[in-house]
Amino acid sequence: MDVLYFAWVRERIGHPKDRIETPPATVMDLVEDLRAREDRYAAAFADLSALRVAVDQELADFDAPLSGVREVAFFPPMTGG
Amino acid sequence: MDIRVQTAPFDLGAEANAFAARQSGMGAVVTFSGIVRDLGGDLQAMEIEHYPGMTESALQEIAEQARARWQIGDALILHRYGRLAPDEMIMMVATSARHRHDAFQAAEFLMDYLKSRAPFWKKEVTGAGAEWVAARDADEDALARW
Repeated sequence: MDVLYFAWVRERIGHPKDRIETPPATVMDLVEDLRAREDRYAAAFADLSALRVAVDQELADFDAPLSGVREVAFFPPMTGG
Repeated sequence: MDIRVQTAPFDLGAEANAFAARQSGMGAVVTFSGIVRDLGGDLQAMEIEHYPGMTESALQEIAEQARARWQIGDALILHRYGRLAPDEMIMMVATSARHRHDAFQAAEFLMDYLKSRAPFWKKEVTGAGAEWVAARDADEDALARW
């Protein structure tokens, strides 16, 4: 499964993408795994209210299951237009 | 429906004319364009990042919702990404309908939704450095009226 980061989440983590071989059960479990990796991940995921998540390119909730999922993305609230 | 995500500049007049020329039996065409604005007086550039793949599908979905809700003939969404200078055009939408009410409403709906539901992020580059533009609560609140 690919984990993508955009905007300041990408900048804070330092790269645009991680590859996870064994996906955890839910998005929240993935967040916990990432937070435990390094300080820069913990900093990026410190305040989940400032983050949005997409699962297979659709906006999702943090309790969304990851079974069979190919791509998860984390990013700040969108500012298009 | 015409959805385009590109780095290249576009010609608003040419796009609006081409869009209108493609319509048949439509009494109204509404266009909106968004432009890079320099609020602080020292903006050097606006950098726009997006999520390739999801951006196109999110815009398609928003356009389909508009078509389901109003009697529109067609919709165009064109949004740029990359590095833009002040006063450059960022994006445009166009809608067509038999009557203006549907065209106006659908265009406003497209704008409100794509501001907070299409995966674009803006960063302002000034003499003091670069800063991500924060999402405005008002933009999120705007969705509630639909």
